[in-house]
Amino acid sequence: MLEHLPILQVIVPLMAAPLCLLFRHSRAAWLFALIASGTALVISILLLQQVLATGLISYALGGWQAPWGIEYRIDTLNAFLLLIISSLSTVVLLAADTSISKEIPKEKHSLFYVLYLLSLTGMLGIVATGDAFNVFVFLEISSLSAYALIALGSDRRALWASYQYLIMGTIGATFILIGIGLMYQMTGTLNMHDLSNRLPEVAQTRTVFTAFAFVIVGVCLKLALFPLHLWLPNAYAYAPSIVTAFFAATATKVAIYLLIRFTYSVFGFSFSFTALPLQLLFVVLGVLGIFVASSAAIYQSNVKHLFAYSSIAQIGYMIVGFSISTVAGLTATLLHLFNHALMKGALFLALAAVMHRIGSVQLSALKGLGREMPLTMAAIVAGGLSLIGVPLTVGFVSKWYLVLALLENGWWPVAMLILLGSLLAIVYVWRIVEVAYFQPRGGPGELSKDPVREAPLAFLVPIWLLVIANVYFGIDTRLSVEVAQTASESLFGLSQ
Amino acid sequence: MNMSLETMLLLCMLLPLVAIVGIVGLGHKPNWRETVTISTCLALIYLVVNLYQGLADGEIIRLFLWEIFPGLQLSFVVEPLGMLFALIASFLWLITTIYAIGYMRSHNEINQTRFYVCFAIAIGAVMGVAFAENLFTLFIFYEVLTLSTYPLVTHAGTDKAKAGGRIYLGILLSTSIVFLLLAIISTWFVAGTLDFKPGGVFAPDVDTTVAGAILLLFIFGIGKAAIMPFHRWLPAAMVAPTPVSALLHAVAVVKAGVFTVLKVCVFIFGIDLLAVLPTTQFLLYLAGFSVLFASLIAMRQDNLKARLAYSTISQLGYITIGALLATSAGVVGSSMHIATHAVGKITLFFCAGAILVAAHKSNISEMRGLGRKMPITMLAFFIASLSIIGLPPTAGTWSKWFLLMGTIETEQWILMTILMLSSLLNIAYLLPIPYHAFFSDDNKQGSGEGVGEGIKEGIKEAPLPALIALSITTVACVALFIYPQPVYELATAVMENSRINYAD
Repeated sequence: MLEHLPILQVIVPLMAAPLCLLFRHSRAAWLFALIASGTALVISILLLQQVLATGLISYALGGWQAPWGIEYRIDTLNAFLLLIISSLSTVVLLAADTSISKEIPKEKHSLFYVLYLLSLTGMLGIVATGDAFNVFVFLEISSLSAYALIALGSDRRALWASYQYLIMGTIGATFILIGIGLMYQMTGTLNMHDLSNRLPEVAQTRTVFTAFAFVIVGVCLKLALFPLHLWLPNAYAYAPSIVTAFFAATATKVAIYLLIRFTYSVFGFSFSFTALPLQLLFVVLGVLGIFVASSAAIYQSNVKHLFAYSSIAQIGYMIVGFSISTVAGLTATLLHLFNHALMKGALFLALAAVMHRIGSVQLSALKGLGREMPLTMAAIVAGGLSLIGVPLTVGFVSKWYLVLALLENGWWPVAMLILLGSLLAIVYVWRIVEVAYFQPRGGPGELSKDPVREAPLAFLVPIWLLVIANVYFGIDTRLSVEVAQTASESLFGLSQ
Repeated sequence: MNMSLETMLLLCMLLPLVAIVGIVGLGHKPNWRETVTISTCLALIYLVVNLYQGLADGEIIRLFLWEIFPGLQLSFVVEPLGMLFALIASFLWLITTIYAIGYMRSHNEINQTRFYVCFAIAIGAVMGVAFAENLFTLFIFYEVLTLSTYPLVTHAGTDKAKAGGRIYLGILLSTSIVFLLLAIISTWFVAGTLDFKPGGVFAPDVDTTVAGAILLLFIFGIGKAAIMPFHRWLPAAMVAPTPVSALLHAVAVVKAGVFTVLKVCVFIFGIDLLAVLPTTQFLLYLAGFSVLFASLIAMRQDNLKARLAYSTISQLGYITIGALLATSAGVVGSSMHIATHAVGKITLFFCAGAILVAAHKSNISEMRGLGRKMPITMLAFFIASLSIIGLPPTAGTWSKWFLLMGTIETEQWILMTILMLSSLLNIAYLLPIPYHAFFSDDNKQGSGEGVGEGIKEGIKEAPLPALIALSITTVACVALFIYPQPVYELATAVMENSRINYAD
């Protein structure tokens, strides 16, 4: 049983997805989906333990040995991401039943869980597989279900947002497919490990350069790197709240994983950073992304929009860490992957709770909520502090490692810029704090002054689980730092 | 009670947090709630005094809690400078609490439970700052202190309070995140350690340009020390209720700032390195400018609390100068000034609050003749003013003496002149207040809108708890003049520690 874990990781949610349709009762479907996601979580924990103990796990699908068959290949990086995705998916799912009861019509509930699990399957698949074409297949599974999930949003603009994402996402996926095709043409293999062995022989050909460019641009579209981020804010803002929480915590992380995997493993470190001026390109785009997106976040009146822009800015931090291209830099990026998932998970879940109670996430609707929904708003403050990077939160851990990595590389000005950028986070977080705590409930001509009750437990439990995780992993960094460091070291080991 | 000193050290930080449970739980019974706070204060003083005994007996009290990053620990140690700070903070916390009970009740303030909770977190954070064994631990508690005092500053919840809170948090968080954090990470990167070590952590052959740049980052990053141009938060924070201004902005927060400056100068750079850094001279002049300019601004303030706030900025500059002078006299003077300024300034704030509560006046121009109605308050104000100025028979004399000696030793004649000039300015902006209160006729009031209002009949002395509190601190002002030994010994012990220089 244990040796089949890599495939079970993907198969369990994939099989569970259509089964959700069998449940008439929406709560039963929810429970079933929760169990499926929880099983995936258990599997990912087991996988991480196994990888940390014994190293790389290679699984030949159907007994066909790589490079002919499809190989599932789990190293520390994969296991780390699998854990992030499955844990956040499970925690978010805890609140799903209550959240969608108001936001999605009843007859679509089981459909929602089907899509949710499919999307989860796609993300897990992208990470678990060691086959480049398989990556594309799973990318499409997760993307198509994502488009549908976003379109389920109760706001009509959700359709437009979903359509926007569909166009951009498809372009991205197509680019990746073209890149993979070109690589296949040159090497005759689709196995990523095999590719990394064969590509150096043909590295100096125009075809490989083209393949590289297509893959990079395609991945950057998916990860919403500034200036390819335009699809993200609306998609996050108009999707059902629970979907936003799920995607914000996981989707872009998978794209970052792909970026790392393709540049470091498939094309190889030395090729990737010499073929294109990748370092310069990414550090500039990353820093620009931080400043432009954070500034945009300050001017949003919809809090979901606000945090969506903040997500784009946070991706900037990860990209800057990536661009340093040292073990320390990559460690910082991987740490931030994990930490950012915790922050945004908590924040968007808290917003889902607000949405559930007052039916709006406009900034002005949050007036006085500090008194009415103290626990929910306290969670938003805690998540916001983590976003700013206050000590004893995970945000501080990320920042510490990123700045240290920049200094080690002698990039003083960039370190300064990074820290300046986090000041913008103070501004947009504090806008929310001031509205929620210093403005009385219900101004003239606005929402009613009826007292609002605190969010139900179904929200509070997962929200506070994540908030506590934000603090816990800010104090006990052993797990996250060790795993991120091992993963990053092994990536550099591979690329030599 | 048989407790190890390590446990006591831990309790110093934990006790205030435990008290929160009691404060919140008894939130609807004010008398019980205040009992919890007061007994916590007393217990804290008991703990700190015990630690002081331990330190005096030459014991090494060290506490290791947790390793956050490899090599970076959350750990605490009792050393003289931190002891000094902890003693003052815990003692004044008790006095302030007594004062606050009188003030908050007679002012019918809202959200008193939240007030006491934030107060408790803040004092726990101060203990953490005081006993931090390394810069990393100090930084964590430094930030906790900023965040826990924000709700205190914005206590009133009005637009003005909100604006004040914005400046407060904006400046303190920004400077600490951009400059201080960068300075700390750079130190970690260059020196490989963040532990406070006698004589500093940098290698003797460190590039002085780099170290000088790091020093700049430190001094600008420690926004709580209120060196210009990052001083705006202090006057902005004066919208807070007076007890908050008194404890946090005359003692805990600002002193945490200059304490950090001292710690960094003495234990991260070491005074020998400090003396040769290219940026030290510039920073000295900047601090000197801050001293002089803040005094000048203070003269123009009519609002009493604002005047006191600018006076604080000026006095903080003294401490920074003392630290940067890089001589033992300077460091001793600075350390003592932390204590003497604390008791003096807190008395002044207590008086300001007492006047506000009893006479509902906050502008200096309206306080003529008030001395006859509130003699105790005004007498206390007078004595505390003397201490701030540095005249005998008050505590401030000693610290200013050492600071002046420091400037003479290092032949910083410009700075010496600045310190003298500023003392004259102190006289000019502080002494007229008690003078007019006692000797001016309230009917002959100055021009302006106050005409005709005069001092109304029926103004009585401030509530009893407030009077007790301000009398105690006034007595302390005088007592520290007559008997400065404990403070002096702790201050010189700081230097003895730091003299074990590059020798080993």
